[in-house]
Amino acid sequence: MPPILELHGITKRFPGVLANDHIDLALNEGEILALLGENGAGKSTLMNVLYGLYQPDEGEITVRGKTIKVHSPNDAIAAGVGMVHQHFMLVPVLTVTENVMLGVESLIGGVFLDRKAAAARIRQIATQYGLNVDPDAYIKDLPVGLQQRVEIIKLLYRNADILILDEPTAVLTPQEADELFKVMRSLVSQGKSIIFITHKLKEVLAVSDRINVLRLGKVVGAADPKTATETQLASMMVGRQVELTVHKEETKSGDIVLQVKELRVLDDRENMMVDGVSFDVRSGEIVGVAGVQGNGQTELVEALTGLRPALSGRAEIAGRDTTHANPRQIVELGVAHVPEDRQRDGLVLSYPVADNMVLNTYYLSPFARGVVIQQPEVDKAAAERVQQFDVRTPGIATSAGSLSGGNQQKVIVAREFSRPIKLLIAAQPTRGLDVGSIEYIHGRIIEKRGQGCAVLLVSTELDEVLALSDRIAVMYRGRIVAVVEAAEVTKEYLGLLMAGVDPATIAKPRKGEQAQAVF
Amino acid sequence: MSDSQAPSLVWRRRLQPILLPALAIFTAFVFGSLVIVLTDFSVLEAFKNFASAPGGSLSAAWKAIGTAYGSLLEGSLGSPARMIAALQSGDSKQIGDAFYPITESLVAATPYIFAGLAVAVGFRCGLFNIGAEGQLFIGAICSVWVGITLKGLPAIVHIPLALLAGAAGGALWAFVPAILKAKAGAHEVINTIMMNYVAFRLSEWLLNGPLKRPESANPVSAFIQPSAELPRFFPDPIRFHMGFFVALGVAAFIYWFLFKTTLGFEIRTVGANASAAKYAGMNITRNLIIAMCLSGALAGLAGANEVLGVNHNLANAFSAGYGFDSIALALLGKSHPFGVVLAAVLFGTLRSGSTRMQNVAQIPVDIISVIQALVIAFIAAPAIIRAIYRLKAVGEGEGAVFTRGWGK
Repeated sequence: MPPILELHGITKRFPGVLANDHIDLALNEGEILALLGENGAGKSTLMNVLYGLYQPDEGEITVRGKTIKVHSPNDAIAAGVGMVHQHFMLVPVLTVTENVMLGVESLIGGVFLDRKAAAARIRQIATQYGLNVDPDAYIKDLPVGLQQRVEIIKLLYRNADILILDEPTAVLTPQEADELFKVMRSLVSQGKSIIFITHKLKEVLAVSDRINVLRLGKVVGAADPKTATETQLASMMVGRQVELTVHKEETKSGDIVLQVKELRVLDDRENMMVDGVSFDVRSGEIVGVAGVQGNGQTELVEALTGLRPALSGRAEIAGRDTTHANPRQIVELGVAHVPEDRQRDGLVLSYPVADNMVLNTYYLSPFARGVVIQQPEVDKAAAERVQQFDVRTPGIATSAGSLSGGNQQKVIVAREFSRPIKLLIAAQPTRGLDVGSIEYIHGRIIEKRGQGCAVLLVSTELDEVLALSDRIAVMYRGRIVAVVEAAEVTKEYLGLLMAGVDPATIAKPRKGEQAQAVF
Repeated sequence: MSDSQAPSLVWRRRLQPILLPALAIFTAFVFGSLVIVLTDFSVLEAFKNFASAPGGSLSAAWKAIGTAYGSLLEGSLGSPARMIAALQSGDSKQIGDAFYPITESLVAATPYIFAGLAVAVGFRCGLFNIGAEGQLFIGAICSVWVGITLKGLPAIVHIPLALLAGAAGGALWAFVPAILKAKAGAHEVINTIMMNYVAFRLSEWLLNGPLKRPESANPVSAFIQPSAELPRFFPDPIRFHMGFFVALGVAAFIYWFLFKTTLGFEIRTVGANASAAKYAGMNITRNLIIAMCLSGALAGLAGANEVLGVNHNLANAFSAGYGFDSIALALLGKSHPFGVVLAAVLFGTLRSGSTRMQNVAQIPVDIISVIQALVIAFIAAPAIIRAIYRLKAVGEGEGAVFTRGWGK
C-alpha cells in the first residue's frame, strides 16, 4: 500500500539558512512516525511547510498519491492534515463544544449555532477514540491534559486523517502523558496516521512505529523503536556521542543560603498561589521543586526574585531579609535567575546578543563609566561569553530573537553564570530545548553546585528534577506536600505526590533506580 | 545558492530602513497628484471631452500636477536659475530673496525637529505622547515670560534661560500624565489629550489677561527683550535663526542619551520589553516618568524655539499643529533621532512650499496634509508598499515600540 502522506525533496531557505534540505518523508496509513531532532534541525519548518504556514522553495507534498498545494492551514485541513501546536489554540471562556465548532459552525436556519448536533458529534468522537471530555465544560476549567484532548477532537471533528502532534507531552504530567499515548494508539488502530514530534527519547521508543531523525535540515537516518536505544538515537540527533546520564559528584552541602518561612504569595487575580511554604537551600546543594504547571511554582520563584510582592512570611538570602527586596537588590546579593519564560522576562528579543548579555549588569564597571555605556567593553565581554558558553550566533550584533530557543537560553545562562553568584534560581531551565542544549545546561548547573553555589531548580520535567536534585520538594496547590531525598524516590511516587495524593496513603517508595537525565 | 544570495541580502537589510520611507513618500506624492487632478476644475472640465480629445484632457492633468508640484518645489527650495542669477549679480538683496524659500523651509523644520524628538523619545519608552502640542504651548508661555520679564541680562545668559524655561514648562506639563500613569495606571493617551485642552485654554486666558500686551487689541503678548531673541544670521526678511542648530545639537544629544547611556538603555528596554526590564532590576515607574518628562521638555523647546526665534512674542494659536504633525513625523523617522531630523526637514519643506503652491497653482494647502497623511498610512502599513513594489520582508532589528495598547 502506498504511503498516505509523502514529502518529496522539500527545501526551504531562509536568509542565510538552509532550514530544510531536500527532505523526503513518508507516512504510512495507521502508523505513528516519530520525528526526532534538535531545535533548529528543521522539524518545525518542515511541519509548517506541510501545514501551509510556509511555502517550500522546492519539493512537493502528496496525500494518497495526489500532489497537493498547501497555501494555508485551511488547505491542509481540506487535505485531511491537522496539527496540534505546542501552545494550544483554544478560547478559555468558551465551552469545549464552542471551541471545537469554531470556524466550522453547524447552524440552524443559517443563523443559530447548533450546539446540540456538535456536542453529539463530539461525544461520538470521544467514545470512538477514548477521548473522554465533557462537551459542556469550559476550557478554562479543564486541566492541560484535557485541553490537549480538545485540540485533538478539533482535528477529528474536521475529519483529519493525518495528525501532527508537536511536542505534545511537554505540558503533561507523566500520568497524563501515558493517557495521551493510549489515545494515540487507539487513533492509529482505527486508521488515523500520526506524526509525533518530540525530543524525549523514552517516549519515542515507547509509542512510535518508526523513527526518522532530522539534523541540520536533512533526514540523517531512520530507526526501528524495537531495536534502537536511547544512546543511539541521541547520537544520531546530535551527530556525536552524547552523555545521557548526569554525573554528579558527592558534595558536602554547607551553610543555608536561601531560607523561606511560611511564605504566602498572591497571583494577579488575588488567588493564593503560594500558601505558607517553608524550605531551605544550602550551598553546594540542588533542591528541586517538582509539580504540575500552575501549582504555585511560578509565583514562588517570582516572589523570591523580587518580581512579585510576598503577602506574608519571610525569605532570607545569605542571611539578609529579602522578603520585600526588589530584583536589583536581590541580583546584587549574588543571585542568578534563569526565568521560566525566557522570551518574556529573560531577553529583549529585539536587542542584539551583546546587549542581552549585560541586561542586568549594564550599569556596573566595566560596562559603564558613570552614565556612559562602554560599548567596546560590552562587546568584548559578549564575544567572550558567546565563545565560552558555545552560543551559536552569527555574531554579537545579531538580535536575540533570531536565535534558536536553545541558544537564547544559552545567552541567559551565559549572562547569569558569568558573575559571582551564591544562589542560582533556575525555572524550567531546559523547557523546549534539544538534547545537546539540555546536556550542556545540566552540566553547567552541576558545575555551579560543585563550586558551592546553592541551586533552586524548578521544573515540571520529573526526569530533570530527579537527575539533578539532591532533595526534592513537591508542590501541590500552593503548598509543599513533601520534601524527599532524590536518591530515595521513584518517578511514579513523585507523580502521585504531584497529582495531590496524600503521601501517607502511598506505599513506601522502592529504593530509587539510578536517576537518569531527561530525554 | 544561499551563498550567492547573501551579499544582496545584506544590502537589502541595510537599505530597507531607508527604502521603505522613501518609497512611502514617493507613493504618497503619486496618490497626491491624483487628488490634485480630481480637485482641479479645469482638469475635470477637460476630461468632459476625454472621448473626443483624450490627449487634451491628459495634458491638462499633467499640467495641473506639474504646476502644483513645481510651485511646491520652488516655494520650498527656491528656483536654481534665480539663485545663480542672484549670486552672479552679487546684490545682497537679490541673493536674500533667491535663498529665502530654502531658509524658510529650515525655519519650519526647526520646531518639527524638537517636537518629533519629543514623540520619538516617548515611543522609545513605549509611551504615546499625544500631548506634544499642549506641552509646546506651555513651553512657549514659559519662555516668553522669561523673555519679557528678565531685563538687563546678556544674551548669552538670557537665551539659555529662556530655552530652559520652555523645556521646564513642557516637562512639567508632561509630568502630570506621567505620574498619573505611573501611580494610578491612567493611560497617557487620554491624559495627554486632556492636558492639551488645559494648555490651550490656559494660554488663551493668559493672552487675554496677565500676558496681554496692553497697547494691543488682540490677544498677543508683549515682545521679548532683544537679549532673549535667538540670533538670526541674515538681514530681513530671512528669518533663519540659531534655533535650527540648537535643534540639531539636541537631536545629537538625544541620540547619545538613548543609545550610549545607561539611562537611555533603561528607557529603551522598558519600551522594548517591560517584563525583561523589571527582571533586569530596572525601575519601570522611574523610567516612564523620566521619558515622559524628557519628551515634554523637548516639546516645550519646540514652543520656546518658535517664540524666541521666529515670532518674538506669543500669539493665540501660534503653532501650526507642530505637536500633532510630530506624531506622524516620529513614525516616519522610525523614532530614531536622525530619522526624525530628516523627516522634520521634509515636513518643513512641504509646509513652507505649500503656501506658494496655493498662490501659484490655486491648490489648497490642505493637499499637503493629505500627502502627509498618505505618507504615514504607508509607513504604518508597510505591507502596502511591499505589495506595490514587490519587496520581500526581511527580518527587522530593533524597531521602536509604538504603544502597548490600552490597559497595561
